[in-house]
Amino acid sequence: MYTLPLSQLDSFFEAVGTKMPLYIPQDNTSGKADFVRWTKGAHLSKALKTVRSAKDFFLPKTETLVSYKLEGKKIEIDDPRKELEDFVVFGVRACDAASFAIVDNVYIKQTPVDTYYKNRREHGVVITLACTDPAQTCFCKLYDIDAADPKGDVSAWITSDALYLNANTDKGNKFVEAALSLSKQNKLSLSESDDKAVSAQQKDIRAKTEKLPFVHLDLAKFAGSNMMNVFNAKLWEDLSHTCLGCGTCTYVCPTCMCFDVRDFDTGHGIKQFRCWDSCMYSDFTKMAAANPRLTQKERFRQRFMHKLVYYPMEHNGLRSCVGCGRCLESCPIHMNIVKVIKAVNESSDVPVPTTTKGAN
Amino acid sequence: MQDNKMTYESIQTQLVSRAKQLLSEGKVQRVVGWRKGLFDYDVTPSLFTTADDLEKNFVYSEWCGANLSKYLVKETRAIETAKDTVRTNNAMAKAKDPNAPQAAEPMAKVAVFLKPCDTYSFTELLKEHRINRDDVYAIGIPCNGMYESVTDNKTAEQAKQIAERCTVCKNKMHITYDELLCCDDESKATARSFGEKDGRFDMVEKIEALSSDERFAFWQNELSRCIRCNACRDVCPACTCEHCIFDNPKSGASQKVAADSFEENMYHIIRAWHVAGRCVDCGECSRVCPQSIPLHLLNRKFIKDINEIYGPYTSGSDLDTKPPMLNYKAEDAEPSVVYSRDKSPADSTAANGGN
Amino acid sequence: MESEAFIPYIGVIQDIRQETPDVKTFRVTGRDGKKLFEHIPGQCAMLIIPGVGESMISITSSPTIPDYQEFSIKKCGCVTEWLHSAEPGQEIAIRGPIGNGFPVDTTFKGKDILVVAGGIGLAPVHSVVNYMLAHRENYGKIQVVYGSRSKQDLVFYKELTEDWMKRPNMEVDLTIDKAQPDWDGRVEFVPPYVKDLNPDPSMTVIMCGPPILIKLTLGNLKELGFKDTQVFTTMEMRMKCGIGKCGRCNIGNKYVCKDGPVFSFDQLGELPAEY
Repeated sequence: MYTLPLSQLDSFFEAVGTKMPLYIPQDNTSGKADFVRWTKGAHLSKALKTVRSAKDFFLPKTETLVSYKLEGKKIEIDDPRKELEDFVVFGVRACDAASFAIVDNVYIKQTPVDTYYKNRREHGVVITLACTDPAQTCFCKLYDIDAADPKGDVSAWITSDALYLNANTDKGNKFVEAALSLSKQNKLSLSESDDKAVSAQQKDIRAKTEKLPFVHLDLAKFAGSNMMNVFNAKLWEDLSHTCLGCGTCTYVCPTCMCFDVRDFDTGHGIKQFRCWDSCMYSDFTKMAAANPRLTQKERFRQRFMHKLVYYPMEHNGLRSCVGCGRCLESCPIHMNIVKVIKAVNESSDVPVPTTTKGAN
Repeated sequence: MQDNKMTYESIQTQLVSRAKQLLSEGKVQRVVGWRKGLFDYDVTPSLFTTADDLEKNFVYSEWCGANLSKYLVKETRAIETAKDTVRTNNAMAKAKDPNAPQAAEPMAKVAVFLKPCDTYSFTELLKEHRINRDDVYAIGIPCNGMYESVTDNKTAEQAKQIAERCTVCKNKMHITYDELLCCDDESKATARSFGEKDGRFDMVEKIEALSSDERFAFWQNELSRCIRCNACRDVCPACTCEHCIFDNPKSGASQKVAADSFEENMYHIIRAWHVAGRCVDCGECSRVCPQSIPLHLLNRKFIKDINEIYGPYTSGSDLDTKPPMLNYKAEDAEPSVVYSRDKSPADSTAANGGN
Repeated sequence: MESEAFIPYIGVIQDIRQETPDVKTFRVTGRDGKKLFEHIPGQCAMLIIPGVGESMISITSSPTIPDYQEFSIKKCGCVTEWLHSAEPGQEIAIRGPIGNGFPVDTTFKGKDILVVAGGIGLAPVHSVVNYMLAHRENYGKIQVVYGSRSKQDLVFYKELTEDWMKRPNMEVDLTIDKAQPDWDGRVEFVPPYVKDLNPDPSMTVIMCGPPILIKLTLGNLKELGFKDTQVFTTMEMRMKCGIGKCGRCNIGNKYVCKDGPVFSFDQLGELPAEY
């Protein structure tokens, strides 16, 4: 464990940010926070979380997959992939940090490997930050995510007077080594420390998260063996009734990872790119002959079935939700995953599964 | 709310009681209202079909900014489709056998609670034949201002202030309704006629006074946050096209996170044009925007220009007047009016190298 | 750099044959004249026409053919129309192989196989049948029941009548929807024809064709005593990535591009009927 006086935080960011790309949550003009690249004069936002999650660093809104040049009957392919330089993201909360593993399961662990994503994951150093003041909308604890011990390559805690850093991975160790040497060069006091202050803060955080309103929701009904009961329940009609299908939930969600693949005629060739897509959109599953999800009810149901039932069935019970609470704050008509979980729990249509047979 | 005025809570009690009465008397089978959320601010527009549900979950508070009129499009369509299906089945049965039993047409009517501003969009939708009037029982209810919305750019605490659109409230009078609840004469007394200077176009004028470069920078800053969620389009009562251009992948502007920022801007400009003259300035677009982009300013600019070029017009204020963009008159302004309008003084200042 | 599924191969259309008025077969190799990649019968490939679009097409030829792959494609949309007006020598981009293919070396081994197909549905199973014919000792009786709108719409007619029909322990039953003067064979829809043929319920069944054909034939097969575990089909959903990442083509917890497109009916029975 290493510590730095809080008064030196800005200088520390400067020391790191002038040597390599560094991204920290910064306040925007509307009073919330976004991850923005550090430049001189930037300050760490005090906001609990950023508007969009850190997934943007590894799964950008749009990216070119491949480019084509057409000449007569011939096609030339241009591979746009390049080796990236290392970059550092500081201030990722435990919820967002937990989402990386969820996306990794699909993009890296499941072959074929998505090399665009993998490249960015390998070059990104994630420094997480513990949440001293979780919000009423937070429920990461429901998924056994510990806001007091946020994982990542390096975990960080900020107390009233100091920053604490603890490396968790090889990449994290390398960063801490680099930070120590930069600290020496810039006359900063990054030094070894015990974990007393951090332990005290962790105790405090855990006491707070224990009392949050949605951390003890029952997820027993969302077992794989219960899939058909949840799917066929009548409650989806009511829940989805006023859903606008706008996809806002998808954009802000750290674990939503669906994309569309499209062509763009640049005038000098064709660029095939992928961009974020949402299963809430009307054309997501639309085919020439038919659309298996004709109304918003089917699309709404799909999103939550995927997060709470389908994904866990394929990935050892891991739910595709990290309890960040962004959907509770962003939905224009205030629908969210907590309301869905509660509705399923209260519905007599959906029995509690009696066996744990089948993937959970 | 002020003293001597009813509280939202007491109004809520009366609304619930009236809705329960309408359901039990069979006058309506469905009620469109607002449903309590997990907290006080996450009110959801919702459908109620039982007295129990209304009693437990209906809410009317300062967080009920949502305009419920647009949901009637889907509701009345479903009602009419159900009736049509029975009629068709009856006709087919009769054609096979003249003595075939004829099923009764399903009775279905939907009640809805409309704040004064909501009745403007309700009226406009009726004018455009998007809602079947006979299937709706509209109840006008009072409103003394609603809070802003909690968005990605506003916390619940920050949102707890009377919304900007409510500070320039058009009118406390309801335009089209079947009955009024809890509305006293005072609400009629404070009715405003459109056109009075009330600060509604202040921000628009401020932006008009900027130089072109400054204006562009202002909108670039706002629109760059757009994530093309299309919530503004989805919630707008003027946007009810069956096949929206933004859902058409061949249009080049279809609903996906933009391939480049040009598309982000074009989306807003195209939509503002499409609703010009029909927008009732209900403010829902800005309320639902998860990035707090002040979209209503674009529409207010159009309203201001239409007032100046085609004469004062308030969309949704009556059932008969044809919107100026859908009504050709020989004395309509020529397109050249765009060039003849004064350039912003700030542009000339800028052109002269600044002050 | 590491190999990446989204960077396609470049295929060259070597030969184009007209099968029926709206179906053509395209023979594709790499620029070096060799096969682009190996595949299992039933797998598909994404054929990409930059600027026009891309489509998931099943590989019609059996993997036992060493030098090329063939795609039999019906003209019914942007990409397929473009392909139908292409000439030999035209290059296209290809991503593949995609999907799980038929369990020809496991579940099908040693069994009697009944193939039921309609229209262009014969194309994907053509690969399976020819694979089995190339490993004849591994399979029992092979029966193909195939129907189309008219005689002209029967794909691979020559191969069916001059090759498959003449093979030992193999039966080919053809039918068309409406009678025509130059046809003296069966005139009937496929589902009732299958019922009439009364196949032995110990056979393993592969079905490929329009949804209504599948639905009605399955009903008839169940009446004859077939079980869900014995009947296989290919599912179709809108696809983009084809590798189980874009999240689009799922039926319940299974992705049609990755866990399918081949499913047995008992597998489908465990999934929500959202297709």
